[in-house]
Parts: sequence; C-alpha cells; structure tokens
Amino acid sequence: MTDHSPSQRTVDETTDAATPVATATTSTGRPTGIQTLPMSRAINAGLAQAMRDDDRVLLMGEDIGRLGGVFRVTEGLQAEFGENRVLDTPLAESGIVGTAIGLAMRGFRPVCEIQFDGFIFPAFDQITTQLAKLTARHEGSLSLPVVIRVPYGGHIGAIEHHQESPEAYFAHTPGLRVVSPASPNDAYWMMQEAIASNDPVLFFEPKSRYWAKGEVDFGASAVPLHASRVVRTGTDVTVLAHGAMVTVLLQAAELSQAEGISLEVVDLRSLSPIDYGPILESVRKTGRLIVAQEAPGFVSVGSEVAATVAEQAFYSLEAPVLRVSGFDIPFPPAKFEHVYLPDADRILEAVDRALAY
Amino acid sequence: MTDAAITVGTSAPVQFLTADGRFEPSATAEPYASALERLSEDDHRRFYRDMVVIRAFDREAEILQRQGQLALWPPSMGQEAAQVGSAHAARPQDHVFPSYREHVVGMIRGIDIMRIIEMMRGLSHGGWDPADPRNGNFHLYTLVIGSQTLHATGYAMGLTLDGSTGTGDPERDQAVMVYFGDGATSQGDVNEAFIFAASYQTPQVFFLQNNQWAISVPVARQSRTPLVNRGTGFGIPSVQVDGNDVLASYAVTATHLDDARAGGGPQFIEALTYRVGAHTTSDDPTKYRTNAELESWVARDPIARFKAWLQAEGAPESFFEGVEEEAKDVAADTRRRTLALESPPPDKLFDSVYSEAHPVMVAQSEWLAQYEEQMQEGDGA
Repeated sequence: MTDHSPSQRTVDETTDAATPVATATTSTGRPTGIQTLPMSRAINAGLAQAMRDDDRVLLMGEDIGRLGGVFRVTEGLQAEFGENRVLDTPLAESGIVGTAIGLAMRGFRPVCEIQFDGFIFPAFDQITTQLAKLTARHEGSLSLPVVIRVPYGGHIGAIEHHQESPEAYFAHTPGLRVVSPASPNDAYWMMQEAIASNDPVLFFEPKSRYWAKGEVDFGASAVPLHASRVVRTGTDVTVLAHGAMVTVLLQAAELSQAEGISLEVVDLRSLSPIDYGPILESVRKTGRLIVAQEAPGFVSVGSEVAATVAEQAFYSLEAPVLRVSGFDIPFPPAKFEHVYLPDADRILEAVDRALAY
Repeated sequence: MTDAAITVGTSAPVQFLTADGRFEPSATAEPYASALERLSEDDHRRFYRDMVVIRAFDREAEILQRQGQLALWPPSMGQEAAQVGSAHAARPQDHVFPSYREHVVGMIRGIDIMRIIEMMRGLSHGGWDPADPRNGNFHLYTLVIGSQTLHATGYAMGLTLDGSTGTGDPERDQAVMVYFGDGATSQGDVNEAFIFAASYQTPQVFFLQNNQWAISVPVARQSRTPLVNRGTGFGIPSVQVDGNDVLASYAVTATHLDDARAGGGPQFIEALTYRVGAHTTSDDPTKYRTNAELESWVARDPIARFKAWLQAEGAPESFFEGVEEEAKDVAADTRRRTLALESPPPDKLFDSVYSEAHPVMVAQSEWLAQYEEQMQEGDGA
C-alpha cells in the first residue's frame, strides 16, 4: 500500500521499533520540531511525554513492561519510569480495568493496555457497568481519568480475536469517550489529550498503521481530541472513516482523481462524541456521503453518522448516505480478510452508486 | 448432586461469645484476645446500640418498601455483628468498599443513612461523596456482584504506590476493607481481586460475609471447600470468624487491618453469619429454605447474644431501654424523612455523566428543557 496524501503525511516503511524519538527538546524537556515516526513510536512518545508531565500517570497491562508490549508500543518506558509507573499485570483484563478504576479513585491516571481488540470482552463489565457509570453514580464528585488503549482492526493476517473492531460497543455506552487516531501526529497528540481528560477514554489504535511512518509535529496539537477533520479536500463526494480506513479512503481519492471524481476525505478521529461540524459542512458542499469502517455495519458508528447526517443535512443530500463496512459475520480467518475488509475498490463502488442518484 | 452444608473450615471459627452470651473464647481466638483490650465499656455499649438501631432502621425500611415508598430493600437483619464489629475495627483513615447490604457500616463511617433510602427509593444511584470527610471514606454501594473488590484492590495498590501505608505509623498508615458475600466468591472479579492483591501485596482486608445464601442458592453450590480456604489458595492469610459474635468480628478485623496497614499484604476474613430476612423485598425465602434452619440461626442472634453478655457485665436496664427509645426514634425519623423526600429536577440527569463538557449532554439537556416547556404550554392551552 502506498499513501500519497500529503495531509496524512504517512509513508509505509517498516522501521526499527527502537528508533529514538525527540532528540531536540526545549529547556522544559518537551521535544520540539518535526520528526518522521511510525505510529507505534508516536504513541510511545505521547505516553512518555504524559508520564513526564504528570507523575500520577501509570501504565498497566499484560507484557507492557519488560517486553514493551506485544507491539512494542511501550518499549523502553519501564526502563525510564520504573516498575511502579509501568506495571506488568496478571493476565486478567477485568482485573486490569477494575484495579485501574480503584487507582483512579486514589488520584492516579491509569493507562491500560488491552493486548488485542478481541480480548477486551472480559473487561466489558468493568468498562460498561462501572467505569462508564461511576461519575454519574457519584453525581459528579468522582472523576475517572482512565485511558484504555486497544490495538484494533484487521489487515495484519492474524488469527481469531486479533483483528476485530469492537468500537461501537463502547461508543454506544454513555459515560465513555471513544477516539481513534489515523496518523502518527494525531496518535502522539491524542494520546496526551486522552490522558489529560478527566473522563474515561477508549483509545482505539489501528494496529495495521503501527508501522506506517508520518510526520509528528512536536510543537503543537493540530486540533482538539474530539474534533473531526477534513484531511483531503474534494468537491463531488464526501467519504468518512476513522483509524486505518482513513488510509483506504485516501487511496480511493487518488484513484478517483484519475477518473475525474473528486472525493473529500473526513477523518472522524472521535467516535464519541462525534464532531458533526466539519462533516455537515462537507456534506452541504458535496451533497453525498459515504461512511466506511472495518466493523460490521449493523448498529455501527457508521450507522449513527448516516442517521444523524440524514437528519441534519437532509436538504443538502443528493443521494442517500451509503455505508461501506465489514460484513455482518464474525471476523473471518485471515486468508479471507481481503474479502471481508473494505478496500479502495469497495469505496469506489459506493462512490459510483452515490453519483448515480 | 447434593448440596451438603459446608460452613466450617479446618479449625473452629474464632469466637469469644457463645450463642447464649457466655465469654468462652475458642482456642482459635487466642491470637485476637489482645485486640479486645482496646475496647472500653463505652465501646461495648456503642456496638450494642449500633446493632439495635440499624435493626430498627432496617425493619422500618422494609415496611416502607411494602407500603410502596421504596423500590426495593435489601435487609441486613442477622448480619449486624459481622458488620458492626468489622466497621468499628477500621480506622478513620481507612477506606471501605461495601457491597449493598452494609447499612450499619455506612452509618458508622458517617454517611447519612437516608442516602441509602434515597437510592432504594429510586432518587439516586448512591450519590454520596466518599471523599467528603463526613462520609468516612465509605464508598458507594455496588450492585454488580463482586465488582467492588477490584476497585478496592486498585485503591489499595494506590496506597502502596503513593506511600500511604506500611510506614509503621498506625495513625497515618491506611488500609482498605472490602465487603462481599458468599455468592460473590464465584465471580471472576473477586478471584481476580485476590490475584492482584496477592501479586501487589496490597494493604487490604477482604471481608466476606458468608450469610449462607446467594438469593436461593446455598453456599455449598458456590464452593465445595470452606470459603476460608479460598483465600489460603491465593496465598492470602485467611481466617474464619463467628460473624454473629460482635467481639470476635471486631478483634479479628482490627488485627488483620493492623497487619495490612503494617505491610503484611492482603488478608481474608470469612465471617459466618445468616441472612435472617429475604435477599431483598422481592425475594421469598420460604421457597428455598426450611424453618428449622432459620430458627437455628435466630437462636444464634447477634443482638440477643451480646445483650446477655452486657447484662452479665453489669449494664443496667436503663441502658437497654435508652437504646430501644433511640432505635424507635431513628425508625420514626426515617419514615418522616422518607415521606418528605422530593425528586430532583430531571435536567440534573445530564450534569454528571461526564466530568468535562460534552456536546451531547448539552444538546439533550437543552432539548428536554424545551420539550417540557412546550408540553406545559400545551397543557395550559
């Protein structure tokens, strides 16, 4: 895959995971300037910065300390911050989230890693019945600044439970915030913003993008945590996605351009709450919207966007909002993932349908 | 499959008072005898008073539910000694994570017990602030069985990480106590809490009230081994206590909280007691347990037992009469205050879902206000 989008600023080159980051720093120790990093290192840099800024930030999860995580996202952090800041936990997801809640009650800011998307479900009860509700249950006297990092999505040829996109379950749950970066720059900044949030944040990391490089501007955050953003301007059809699917949309936009069709690409970035401002503005311009996602389409984030845009921009729409999703089947064995996961051709097929109205 | 009753461990439970109120410590009570020396005559009388007052409150709440004033009530009758003894063993700086039946623990820690009434009336999901000094670090009730054990363990991990425990200063060192029941021991979260507590050597006491029944399922269906052995299996020092003996409940809890505060890691107490009432007002225990069993436990009633001992110790009749008066007053006050409760305005619903500003909360709150205004205008027309 090649990503030609200058606004996304990513290139697909695998890189040494131990690439040192942020050599230039200010007098306060914050890194400066612009560096090209893979997303995994950008997240690592974001975590490290948050930990330097606030000694109440803790990392906890399975294999995240000595090993640095199965994706090496936390590599080097236990060496820098010690075993009391980077906790290798017992192998129990509910235990990780449940104790993170207790730590947050004590004033810590835990960042939990769930090793893979499909393994979040043992923690589902603690996340939905406790983490999501405890602030309301306390009538506001308790804040729960807990971040749950979830490597998610397909495209990596892995076995069962390792390629899923469970974000809709959490976006459906009041009391949680749900975000997903699509680029290294967003990953770096959104991680720090998620940790700084006083609410629980589910942080979905598109694991197929971990090794894709892009420029990280250490000088300033691009936009707020919950902002959606146009990452490629166009005039004919708006296409919208989050996480790894943004890259697919950018590919589709390149291909369309060759055929004289101009796609405007919106990166959702935040799945709860959803920032409809840029989305509606784009739809009012193009009159057409396609929502893409790896997750099954039934009762999905894409369904929610489609319904809201139909409500809010009805008179601007020239065609119904179309969804391009994973099929409504369990994530298939890896040899079938190319069938299951929407690719640029599936996007372009939907573009043709939208333009046919 | 049989469900043979399994209620005792490998040694006799710690007991100071026999069922008829004689002071005859079990052999297992010896290590805990010194903790009893901390108690004055006033403390003894306070224990008695708390048990009697909460039973009256509990009974009144049950009646209020029957009269349609509460959505539900989980009665605590029969478990007063386990709760009063353990609650008084905690120091002010300790944190207490209850299940949902520890009404007297909340009262002892300082919350207004009307907050529990409000919750069971359907006016709140708890709502008190455990961090408010008046509330004595008494955390909210948790209705998902066993979930709070992990919160307690995480909190205790935090005490270790921020150096608030194990310094050797008993006035400053903090510990956590978490309450749960026999049914909860089957939950994954409780077992994960044991694992995390043992791994991180948290300063905490797991206080299990084995009241013999998880709604309609007897403890033998939860465990084929005495529950006290569960703690031992996780590498946690564990002890079984007669939970209907308030002195034993106090002494065992005080001793193990001291151990936890001093850096001894997690501790596990199984208090043997009995839920004399129903699981909740929606339950009908006559469908699953015998009168003979009930009567055998009523004969071991914690209040009657302690009263007999206090009388033998010379407490005058006027003391008991005074406590009865106070209990009646608390019950009457509970009724009066329950009937005076008002519903908070509905727009409050959106205020504390998130700690920080949230566009959906703003939009839906505004929509609701506008909708209700429209409806009122419609009514007026």
